[in-house]
Order: sequence, then C-alpha cells, then structure tokens
Amino acid sequence: MIFLKQARRHAIKLIGEKSSSLDLARGRLVLMGACFIFAYMFLAARAVDLMVIQGKPAALADNGVVQEETAGATGITRADITDRNGELLATTIKTASLYADPHLISDPQKAAERLAQIFPDLEYGETLRRFQKGGRFVHLKYSLTPQEQHEVLKLGEPGLAFKYEDRRVYPQGPLTSHFVGYAGTENQGLAGIEKSFNELLAQGKPVALTLDVRLQHALRREMEKAVDDFRAVGGAGIIMNVNTGEVLAGVSLPDFDPNAAIDETSKKMFNRVSLGTYELGSVFKIFSTAAFLETHNVGMNASFDAREPIKRGRFTINDYHAEDRVLTIPEVFMYSSNIGAAMMGQAVGTDRLKDFYEDIGLTEKMSFEIPEVGKPQVPHPWREINTLTASYGHGIATTPLQMTAAVSSIVNGGYLVAPHLVLNKKAEENAQDESLRVVSPQTVHRMRQLMRLVVTEGTGGQADVPGYRVGGKTGTAEQQSGRGYDQSQLLSSFVGVFPVEKPEYAVFIVIDGPKPTKKSYGYATGGWVGAPAVARVIASMAAVLGIKPEKTSEQADLSASLKQYVTVKGHD
Amino acid sequence: MSMFSRTDTSFLGRWWWTVDRGLLAAFILLIVFGIVLVSTASPPVAETLGLDSYHFLKRHLVMLLPAVGLLVGISMLSPRAIWRMASILFIASIAAMIFVLFHGVEIKGAQRWIHIFGFSLQPSELAKPSFAIVAAWFMSRQKENAKFPGNLIAAGLCFTTVGLLMLQPDLGMTIVITSIWASQIFLAGFRFRILAIFAAAGAMCLGGAYLFFEHVRYRVDRFFKPESGDNYQVDRSLEAFQNGGIGGIGPGQGTVKSTLPDAHADFIFSVAGEEMGLWFVLIIIAVFGFIVWRGLNRPTTSDNIFSVLAVGGLLTMFGLQALVHMGSAMNILPAKGMTLPFISYGGSSILSLGFSMGAVLALTRRQVRGSVARAGLSSKTRVLEAGNQS
Repeated sequence: MIFLKQARRHAIKLIGEKSSSLDLARGRLVLMGACFIFAYMFLAARAVDLMVIQGKPAALADNGVVQEETAGATGITRADITDRNGELLATTIKTASLYADPHLISDPQKAAERLAQIFPDLEYGETLRRFQKGGRFVHLKYSLTPQEQHEVLKLGEPGLAFKYEDRRVYPQGPLTSHFVGYAGTENQGLAGIEKSFNELLAQGKPVALTLDVRLQHALRREMEKAVDDFRAVGGAGIIMNVNTGEVLAGVSLPDFDPNAAIDETSKKMFNRVSLGTYELGSVFKIFSTAAFLETHNVGMNASFDAREPIKRGRFTINDYHAEDRVLTIPEVFMYSSNIGAAMMGQAVGTDRLKDFYEDIGLTEKMSFEIPEVGKPQVPHPWREINTLTASYGHGIATTPLQMTAAVSSIVNGGYLVAPHLVLNKKAEENAQDESLRVVSPQTVHRMRQLMRLVVTEGTGGQADVPGYRVGGKTGTAEQQSGRGYDQSQLLSSFVGVFPVEKPEYAVFIVIDGPKPTKKSYGYATGGWVGAPAVARVIASMAAVLGIKPEKTSEQADLSASLKQYVTVKGHD
Repeated sequence: MSMFSRTDTSFLGRWWWTVDRGLLAAFILLIVFGIVLVSTASPPVAETLGLDSYHFLKRHLVMLLPAVGLLVGISMLSPRAIWRMASILFIASIAAMIFVLFHGVEIKGAQRWIHIFGFSLQPSELAKPSFAIVAAWFMSRQKENAKFPGNLIAAGLCFTTVGLLMLQPDLGMTIVITSIWASQIFLAGFRFRILAIFAAAGAMCLGGAYLFFEHVRYRVDRFFKPESGDNYQVDRSLEAFQNGGIGGIGPGQGTVKSTLPDAHADFIFSVAGEEMGLWFVLIIIAVFGFIVWRGLNRPTTSDNIFSVLAVGGLLTMFGLQALVHMGSAMNILPAKGMTLPFISYGGSSILSLGFSMGAVLALTRRQVRGSVARAGLSSKTRVLEAGNQS
C-alpha cells in the first residue's frame, strides 16, 4: 500500500510537472507564433512601402520599359523646304538616339567596353559608372547614323535602346543658311523661312523657295573667291529675276552651317542680303540718272561740269575716277562721276528725287518673307546736301536686296518688282500686269544703254561675258567709321544685268572690306572686285540655265549709239 | 471534404479527419505558386547558363513528385516512426556532411553538394529537419526522466552539426540549425535568464562570423551602408518590387529574372513582386503567416511535449527561412541566399521540406483517443498512456 501510495504521489508529481511544462511550452508556442506573425506583418508593410509608396507610376510599370517616344506632340512631321526645282533645303528625318536602361543591362562592363569601340567619345569608365549608378534612363548619344545603330543592334544588349526623334536636317549645309534659317531642338523655327513659315511647316505643309541651288552654288563660290582674293570681311550677293523679283540666289558671307550647333551671337548669323543696310555708293547712280532722264527731256549729250568739286558747307564732293572736264551723261555714268551724279540729282530736285527713291522702294522697309529684313536709313530731314549725296549712294543706306529689286524695276521695262523668296508660279505669270510702272520705256532703254556702256567702255569692263551682253554699274563706297568715312574700308560692288537688251537677270555682288592686291594693281574698287565676280557668276548661270551666247557686232551693241557722246581717254 | 465519411475508421479515413487539412491545403497552395513562379523565373536563368529553357522547371516538377509524396506519406506516420526515420536521416546526413568536406562538389565557393543520380543533393538540407526532430526527442526524454541527459545531448548534436556547417562554410544553414535549437530550448521551458545567456553567446558567434568570414562582413556592410559597394542583386530586387506596383506587370513580363543569377531560387520573391504585384506578395506572406501561426497553435491541444518541441523547431526552420528570403529580397535583412519554402527551385530543399512539413502534419494530427473522456482517466492510466506516447 505504502509503495502504491508513493508511486501514486510520484505519478501525480510527474503529471503535474509534465502538464505545467506542457502549459509553459504551449504558452511559449503562442508567443513564438505571435513573433512570427509580427515579423510577417512587418514584411507585408515593407512590401506596401516598396510597391505602392515607392512604386513606379503606371506608365513606367506598364511593361517595365520606357515607352518609345513618338514624333511630335501632334504626330505631324515638320515639312520640307525645297528650292524652286524641288531640291531639299531643309527636311526632317527620324534619327535614333541611343539610351540605356541600366537595369536591363546584363553585363555592364562588356556593354560599356563595346560601346566605347563603336563611339570613341563614349569613354569606358564614364559609361560604366553611369550604368552602375542605377536608374532607368541613361542617355548615351543623339542622332545615330544608320551604320552606328546597326553596330549597336549587333551587340544584342537588351539594356540598350533607341528613342526615335525628329531631327531637322539641312542637306545643303551653309549654302542657303541665311534664307532657310534654322529650327531649334524642339523643331520650332528660329530664323529665316523656318521661323516665318513655322506654323505651316509644323502643320506638315512644305514650302518651295524661289532659290535655285545651282545658282546659289555658283554665286557662293564666286563670292568666296572674291572674299579670299581681296582678303575681305564678307559680302552679300543676289541673283534676281528682274521681271518677277524672284530671288534666285542669295548669299551672305560669312555663313553658317544650320546642321551644327548654332551660336546666335556669331557674326556669321548676320544676313547681309536682307538685314544689313549699307551705303552702297555709285550703283545708286542708276537711280539718280534714271530720275534725271525721267524728269528732263534732254539728249544724252547733256553735260555736267565736273572740273570743280561741289562744296556744300563742310561737305566736298569729289570724283574718284576724276576726269576734270565737262562730262556728258554717258560719261558721268561710265566713269562714275560723283560730281556729275550730284548735279543730276540737284537738277531732279530734292522732292522729286526723294519721291523717286520712295517709288522704287529704296526708302521703306521692304516686304520679304523672312523675319531678317533691315529698315533703310534715310536722311531725316532730307536737305539739299542729302539729295546730292544720295545721287551717288551716300547718306542713304539700304539693304542690298532692295537695291537689286530697284535696279530690276528699272531694267525690266520699268515695272516695280518686289523681292520675294517663296515660289508662287501662278503669281509670277501675271506679275507684270499688276505691277506699277516706275520709269518710262525711253528711260528704260537709255538706262540699259548706259549700263551696257559701263561694261563696254567704263568702270565695269571686267564684268563682260562674251556673248551674254552684260550691263551694269560699279559701286565703290567708303564705309563710315566713327564720324567720317574710312578710305581703306570699302564696300565694292557691281550690279550686272543680262542680256542687256531685255534683261532677265540681275546679279549683284557687294564685297565688304576688300584689300587691294598686286593682281588688281592696287585697286579694290567695284570694278576690280565686284565686276569680275559678277562675270564669273553670269558665265556659270549661262551654263546652268542653258542660255545660249549670241554673237553681236560692235555696231549692233546696245551701247554703240552712245559712243558718240563719249571721249575715251587713253589707257591707264 | 466528403472524400471520407466522419465515421470512416479506415487508415486513410482516420488520417483525413485527424490531419490539419488547412495546413495541408496551404502547403499545396505554396507548391502551386512555386510551379507558376519557377516556370516564369527559371527560363532566363537556364538560358544564361546555356541550358534548355525549361531545364529548371522540369527538374522542379520531377522533384515535386517525391516531395509531395513525402509530405503526405510522412504525415500518416506515428510520432515514433517519425523520430526513428529522423534519427536514421540525421545520422546519414551527418555522415554525408563529413563526406562533402572531402569529396563534395564546390559550387559558388562552398562545399555543400554531393551528386546523386544527376541531382545535386545538399546533405545539410536533410540535416535541418532531422536535427529538429531528433533534438526534440532527446529533450522530451529528459522531461520524462529528469536523469536522462537529453538537453545536453541535443546541445551536443547542435554543436556537432553547426561545427560541420562552419567547415563548409554555410552560415545561413548554421543560423537555421541554431535557431531551431534555440526555439526548442525556449519551448522546453528554460528560464529567461539562461535563454539570455544563450542569446548573448549566439550574438557573439554572429559577431565572430562577421569578423572572421569576409563574405559575411561584406554582406552585412552592404546592408547597413549600401553606398559602400556594389549592391547589384539587392538593387535589382528592389527595382523589381517598385516596377511591380500593386497589380504587377503581368506573369512572364518581368525583367528582374534576366538580371539576377538566382531569380529562380534565392530571389524568386522578387520575380513574384515584379510580375504579380503587391496583392500576390501579400497573399504569399499571408500563407506563410497562416502556416506558422496555425502550426504553432495546433500543438497547444497536444499533451505530447515531443510533438510540441519538434513542431516548434520545424516551423521555426520553415518560418525563418521564408522570413530571411523575403526580408533579403526587400532589403530589410542583409542579403542571405535562402530559398523560399515550397516556392523556390531547389532539389534537395524541396525534398527536405516535404519530409519536414510531412512531420509537422503528422505531429499536429488530432490524437486519436478512446471513447474515455480525458478527465475520467485514472492517474495510473494516464501515467501509462504518457509513457506509451513518448
């Protein structure tokens, strides 16, 4: 019994111990479970933090890859600008820009190394650093060539991708830079036609210009030669259809490449053709002479005493090619006598000369299709002395383009033409019907004769192109420097028209700051600088446009009848 | 549920009505998730390694058959049969761990694997659950008989196993084994004072590991000071979660798997986050939470201390592994390569899980009792019954 009792007590104790340790274990099990639940709740909270609070926006998360950007906001590709024959001057191409999604790059080292082989300017170390920095977008290179893109594709690296962007390209480079202008990185026009026709172009409507790249090339080439030969600063040149006012070519030197980075402060950006205004000098004698012939019913033998300089207050008007004698009208024109021109202007009278200049569009800001248009500087008030100087192109500054248009308006038969740049074939056909007559046919004929005489006998001899009967006028102007004129800073120009009996084209070249050379026997005048350049341009034009030369005898020459009024001095 | 009638007293019928069907369903659910995620995550990894795209998926499916067999089969065994199996497995795995030290295959800087039948087996994977069960048995023996040095033996087994693991070296597994043992001495009712001493010792060991193992120091440093070096895997993983967002970017659409070498194993949770999104991540966390909570609460109805200790140890292993995997992927724990139980690809780990969770199911089965109510038992009978069950 005692044994049994002991055993029973022992058993109770055992059970008690066991059940208490079991209770303890159960309690601790629950505690452990609670710890785990707490830890898992923390995990869940972290998941919400990562995936919702730090989560990527839906667009990005959509498929984990940055979406390819489409063209513009409108989806319309900016339209082309072409020349009159459809040659591309500005166009839009899709170019691939390379970027990397570092997160998708399987082997950053290899990728960086291979990229450095394709693009030497992507340095291995720098590229690798950018790959390892993380993020989802590392821009690597703008506007790949198709060859470069092919090389990148061949790497087979999933983390490298392309963004396709519209890029404005100017296939002719600097050739038409001042007229076509350029567009910014957002493809918005910032200068030239790109700016003035921005909206149309952005709507996908192409613009054709009156320019002809072939003539443009010829003009630019010959101007560059003149600038180089005479170590000049720059120049402006225009080829105009005298009957329509179409600008067939326009060059302002120095020019710029619109495909390259644009420095808006650079002097190269300046459009000397339509924005720059210059005192163009003796070419203005075309206008004063025309005004004189228009207002005075005299023969061509009317003469002017050029022996004495004209003195008006502090001004003295001298002749550059001094003849020191009494000059007939043809002589005044061909020898470019300032005194004679001033006397003709005086004879016309201040009001009438001023009105005439206004009529042929020399005093107002011309209307032209690009934003870069300069306003002429006209004497104000216009006194008699201004009439005298304006007669030979001083004291009045105009853009070379409006000067060319004014010349065209006289030689084309006397119909006012306005310069323009955008091709509008329909308007050209009836251009002359709607035009205003600015000079009489008789004056037109006389001016053609006089201009021809300049080339056959006068200062513009070097402008002659056999068979093409060039007429023209030289201009040599001293540029204002400070308060006076600097004799070493010239503007040497020549405006040529051909064929002179019924001109079709006017070619004007003005060279800024030519220095005399040995070849030119120390001259840097319009006759030596401008005239030969114009002759070379006309020779090229004849070939490009297929104009056949015509042989004319000396007697049949337009200027022949004027020779009776001319006393040819012996050779220099 | 109507597979077996309530009154079905057949072997399967009894099993069905006593096993924790909720827990079983949760395991099956994880296995299904695992098949889906391995099938999306593993092809890029396999292709990177120059293998057939479905190499890992095929092996995963092949390994799942025996694993599910183990899960269900083991769950039908009696506690005694389980501890017997566990002891055999434990001895075999200790032997294998000694073997790998000399003849193992070195993968990624550690000798952990042996190749059998074209599969690489990691003996330490099998050591984990068998240790949990064997240690639980020895510790419960001491409860029965205070003179039996069960706690000491369990401690000795723990240190032996840990010693062998450190030689490989395998810090992750060391932490898991130590945690299993720690959870068991906690459950066995050691006073908090003693536990605190153990905890301090454990912390010192971790500090030692930090000082003496370079790769450990590297990982820990990266965790606490991310800017100190290349955090490639963790960064990719975090981006995956951020990309995923709430709804995910769609099954199969993810990209993280092509940049992480272990996307099908140690970073499968990131793939889940990227492709399936937050809701799925939360479901996974919830399923693990459910398993651990349910498993740890179920033995509270058990009066078998062995079951309590074994289930506590096994679920600690299971829950901790999941915690470390998910925590590493979301960068709230230092990066430690651990598989996500039942979801990650991993040959021997799947088998080991089948075995260990089978044991959990078996040990949490409602005890079959006679018609006699518990309160009506005589003390003698209860003593005898307790003895029998041990």
